[in-house]
Amino acid sequence: MKILVTAKRVTDPNAKLVIDDDGSWIDDDVEYILNPFCENAVECALQLAADHDAETIAVGIGDEEVQRYIRQGALARGIDRGIHVEADEQELDSDLIAKILKALVEKESPDLVVLGKQAVDGDSNQVGQLLAEMLGWPQATFASDVKIEGDEVIVTREVDGGLEKLAVTLPAVITADLRLNDPRYASLAGIMKAKRKPLEELELDDLDLDGEEPKVRVVKLHEPTGRSAGVFVADVDELILKLTTEARVL
Amino acid sequence: MNATSHNPSDEQADLAAIRTTVRRFVTREILPNIERWEEDGSFPRALYQTAGEVGLLALGFPEAVGGVPSSEMATLVVVEELARAGSGGLIAGLLSHGIGLPPILALASDDLAAEIAPAILRGDKVCALAVTEPGGGSDVANLRTTATRDGDDYIVRGSKTFITSGMRADWLTTAVRTGGDGAAGVSVLAIPGDLPGIQRSELQKMGWWCSDTAALHFDDVRVPARLRCGSEGMGFLGLMHNFNRERLMLAGMAVAFAEVCHADALEWARDRQTFGRALITRQVVRHKLVEMQTRILGAKALLHQTARQVDAGGEPVAEVCMVKTLATDTLEFVAGEAVQILGGMGYMRGTRVERIFRETKVLSIGGGASEILRDLAARQLGW
Repeated sequence: MKILVTAKRVTDPNAKLVIDDDGSWIDDDVEYILNPFCENAVECALQLAADHDAETIAVGIGDEEVQRYIRQGALARGIDRGIHVEADEQELDSDLIAKILKALVEKESPDLVVLGKQAVDGDSNQVGQLLAEMLGWPQATFASDVKIEGDEVIVTREVDGGLEKLAVTLPAVITADLRLNDPRYASLAGIMKAKRKPLEELELDDLDLDGEEPKVRVVKLHEPTGRSAGVFVADVDELILKLTTEARVL
Repeated sequence: MNATSHNPSDEQADLAAIRTTVRRFVTREILPNIERWEEDGSFPRALYQTAGEVGLLALGFPEAVGGVPSSEMATLVVVEELARAGSGGLIAGLLSHGIGLPPILALASDDLAAEIAPAILRGDKVCALAVTEPGGGSDVANLRTTATRDGDDYIVRGSKTFITSGMRADWLTTAVRTGGDGAAGVSVLAIPGDLPGIQRSELQKMGWWCSDTAALHFDDVRVPARLRCGSEGMGFLGLMHNFNRERLMLAGMAVAFAEVCHADALEWARDRQTFGRALITRQVVRHKLVEMQTRILGAKALLHQTARQVDAGGEPVAEVCMVKTLATDTLEFVAGEAVQILGGMGYMRGTRVERIFRETKVLSIGGGASEILRDLAARQLGW
């Protein structure tokens, strides 16, 4: 059995992002982490691999720095090997990422692809769904429990008002939700071992995707408009007066 | 390009990855509990196992016994991250094998090392170093606990004191006298903690509350001779081997705690309003903060320089002595100033600054008092 899992690098949600002067992108001198949902996906792949004797492969897409997060976020936790697809992050959208993953699926023929349900930077929540559609595979998104039984994956999903249980036939695409598992530590021994694990470097050309254009482009980034300081009002009458005359919401 | 690469990441990437893992461990396992552990005077044994799973206990030890070989710089990163919890006792207790295990590995046969070390590095067993005696601390060559050969055993008699993790250690790496006077008569025994005749009593301390510290009494304890590490009389060399690493680590703790104190003092000075202005706008406070930072940067620069010398294979004994005294002097100054800046709040239990202030002296005394180290440095320099 073979499991392909995503290892996306995202900006640390606690970091202060600085937008370039021309508003085209963010200053990349910022802390990055492995996407937390990808951590759940990696943990899911490792648990399934332990129970079903599977080979595990982690994929990252972006510039060379991405390799660090494949190694330290995925290989250091126990994923067998990595694939880095070199690409300019500004030239990627969910559609093109799904196409890259589809090409990798055709190259590697995994039985299962596990992705984070979304990346916490763009919050698009599209890649898993697009990939399943492109492959013509069944999908089970927002998984909170995953079990393989024979040639089916039994996935529990968190939906409004309760839990939904799906059985999807393999091969399949699964996206991991936060409560799927508690990701293990990348142990210090794992970090050292990860340096010696194979990490394949590919370019879009190697996947016959050279010249593919994203369908969505970032036109401009800007900071949220600042808020002016609040004021204290003496009583309800003054509040109503201000809401009526100044805020004009009443 | 369709190549499979095995490029080793550079040192900075390794250190960053180690930092990420240890920071997560500290945030999840230690920070939510440390206040309670400090007040309770202990942390749970399970923490050793969690630390073992993370690989924290294995760092810096040889692969053959389940370790993860690493640089001194990596150890300093681990210490820096652990220091964020603001408890030296936790570091001293959790990493007590850091001084307890190296003499065993330096002296013992491969078989004996393989019997003892892996369980300690997994966190299943706790290891403590038992050298200091009531009759003298730094004077290792003149220790008085005796081990007298009796058939296949030694009969151990004597007392040890100030032993970190001494209350719950499963292995006591114990310096004993097997021969005549002086350094040549000292041997090291790996003594199982459950042997009959070992009495332990807990000592109450100024700081390091969550690490247990014990006085040990060996009342004719029968220890199998096969647990002697190395030949008779080799003990002193094996123990000396320890000192450089221990002192470098204590220096690392001192610098890291000084940084914590400075960070907390700076944050306080920014937030705290006095007479209508933030404390940090007052020149006297600004100068204090800069002086603290200046001394920290100086100590840290020497610390890293010395660690890199060790990583390059050097044994800079004098420099290690000097960096330890510089770092602990720096911490005494910085912690004192941080308490002063926090004012009444700095005197209250529950702030990191208050706790670290109580822990400054143990770093200036343990692992070689500053006075002893300055003397040793002078001798090493041929003065």
